[in-house]
Amino acid sequence: MNATAASSGPTRKSQPRVGLFVTCLVDIIRPSIGFAAVKLLEDAGCKVVVPEQTCCGQPAYNSGDRATAKKLARQAIGAFEDCDYVVAPSGSCGGMLIKHYPDLFAGEPDLAERAERFAEKSHELISFLVDVMGVDKVEARYEGTVAYHDSCAGLRELGVKTQPRRLLAGVEGLTLVELGEAETCCGFGGLFATKYGELSNAIVARKADDIRSAKADTVLAGDLGCLMNMAGKLQREGSAVKARHVAEILAGMADGPAIGEGKPEPVR
Amino acid sequence: MSVVATSAKFKDNVHEALTDARLQGALAFSGNFVIRRAAAVARLPEFDALRDSARAIKDHTLAHLDLYLEAYERKVRASGGEVHYAQDAEEARAIIVDLCKSMGAKSVTKGKSMIAEEIGLNHALEAAGIEPVETDLGEYIIQLRGETPSHILAPAIHLTAKDVEQEFRKAHRDLPADRSLAEPEQLVAEARQVLRAKFLAADVGITGANFLIAETGTSIIVTNEGNGDLTQILPQAHIVIASIEKVIPTLEDAAQLLRVLARSATGQDASVYTTLSTGPRRPGDPDGPRAYHVVILDNGRSTMLGGEFEHMLRCIRCGACMNHCPVYQAVGGHAYGWVYPGPMGAVLTPSLIGVAEGGQLPNASTFCGRCEEVCPVRIPLPGMMRHWREREFERRLSPAPLRYGLGFWAFFASHPALYRLATDLAARAMRLAGRGKGRFSWLPFAGGWTRYRDLAAPQGATFQSQWRARSGAVR
Repeated sequence: MNATAASSGPTRKSQPRVGLFVTCLVDIIRPSIGFAAVKLLEDAGCKVVVPEQTCCGQPAYNSGDRATAKKLARQAIGAFEDCDYVVAPSGSCGGMLIKHYPDLFAGEPDLAERAERFAEKSHELISFLVDVMGVDKVEARYEGTVAYHDSCAGLRELGVKTQPRRLLAGVEGLTLVELGEAETCCGFGGLFATKYGELSNAIVARKADDIRSAKADTVLAGDLGCLMNMAGKLQREGSAVKARHVAEILAGMADGPAIGEGKPEPVR
Repeated sequence: MSVVATSAKFKDNVHEALTDARLQGALAFSGNFVIRRAAAVARLPEFDALRDSARAIKDHTLAHLDLYLEAYERKVRASGGEVHYAQDAEEARAIIVDLCKSMGAKSVTKGKSMIAEEIGLNHALEAAGIEPVETDLGEYIIQLRGETPSHILAPAIHLTAKDVEQEFRKAHRDLPADRSLAEPEQLVAEARQVLRAKFLAADVGITGANFLIAETGTSIIVTNEGNGDLTQILPQAHIVIASIEKVIPTLEDAAQLLRVLARSATGQDASVYTTLSTGPRRPGDPDGPRAYHVVILDNGRSTMLGGEFEHMLRCIRCGACMNHCPVYQAVGGHAYGWVYPGPMGAVLTPSLIGVAEGGQLPNASTFCGRCEEVCPVRIPLPGMMRHWREREFERRLSPAPLRYGLGFWAFFASHPALYRLATDLAARAMRLAGRGKGRFSWLPFAGGWTRYRDLAAPQGATFQSQWRARSGAVR
């Protein structure tokens, strides 16, 4: 981590207290992304805490269950009360905290104000590192050709586009190639992927084609949901392209199995 | 019954579309719209400012819609035309059929109109013994095939040139059987030749309207084929059919909206023809219809005013939302099952035919947000699809497994300590079930996923339990 860069960011506390909103998928499926996020945040000079947490409520919100979404939003806002920042390794969950919490409580002045304050201190991980902490280079090495998929919510709700590419450009040994349709949805869409499995499959099949044509050996993104969808499709099609969260690469923690890959067979 | 809706069978429609190799081949070309729009927007630095202005024009008009409709009506009357209001599709059909009958019409030419599709006008005309002839090339082709449009701009986008050739050979029997129709230009020339006679024989011309101008009583259509001009100028009568939200205050406003419309729709700076018509032929005019009627349709739109779906009435029907939609791109327009496809259709359809019938459509979205990103009047389409899901959920119309599943999950998610234990247990168990492969190729209750994709298995203990174990000593 480039310390001079880290200290040249916008005015902020010397060691901000950052609450990691780990997200349910990372918590349950791939904790290593959470630990990569912790490393990146600590290297950038943050004090990382992990308040007890569950889900941001997005599945309920997007299913029309506003009451449950509000209940979980209030719970999350309360859990991170004593943090200077809330950071999530996901543009989708980040978008929920930042864009949709204030909407949920519109018309309820006290709660709306709390949600606004919470939204203001909440960030998606990579944009937080670059835009808030002023990180412009990480110490990491990855031998490979990678393509970065712009997950929809991060891209369109939070403007995450240049930040991951900027940090990836500084990773030793890594070659970044662009997908033909990096900004096209992978077809995940949360519950959409199972509610409309056939349709979701048609969309991710097109994404998998795009990834294969880019001739990358690894596809990266900032959202585990999209990554599981792309990885699952590539694996079902027998492709050798690996999928990883961008934080794993940037933290130099990409030596374990990629998403959906098993431990390598022990050498006998 | 105007148009039979199959929106409730959306999933079946999707399956049909995805397994139709011919359709999938035709859809592959629709990406051109995306490329052309991006190029047109890049050429116009003030495009985003124009979108703000377009949005403001429409919002202002909707806030004073009664006033502008009345002003428009007065101007149409003053120019010698007549205005008819239709509450619903049935009334609109009756007004138009009666007008045609009263003029003794045998044949009617039609410019492209989605409102005519919405009210099922062609069937009504045929039932009254009047021949409707679609004059937009795409509409003409699907009329021959007995189909509905699959795109609001490019109605025959689901077909290939080969399909069109076959259709023309079947329909135009009086032309030499050995003629060549291999080139698209030859297809266009043949349609032009066949339609020319129809234009000259028509008693009435019916067009839609992109805008109705309150200031002048003018209706505006934009086309790329010029068929609209012949439709409205040659016959003895011109009937305009438009919905209430098409009215805007001034010609200046129209000029602004036209600048975003063509660029968003086809990536053109302007459509080839922008045609203004105001009233019937005046004394001394060299041409034009003897009678001029405007039928203004509500069909449920006024109930959207002042509510959470009012934004939808800003829509200027450019089609950018569907062109950029991953769902539309995958299945095309017919799968949506009613008149309007894509994201705008997913919001509008439940408004116009009810959420019980159209509720599948706003659910079938990944909320990728690209529709909102490209909308020239900044309609928050994903947000409104979510509103529909909320309405469904409140009215208990959402599927039972979803409701119960959400309830079960919500219970754990709102009890953090229990959630932590349960997820940790589940993650560890699933890791074992994954047997070191790191993924599942089949999992009960996850068939919607694993039928098509592998599913990554958990790494083991959850992040939260590992974190507690790791920092337990420090605390």
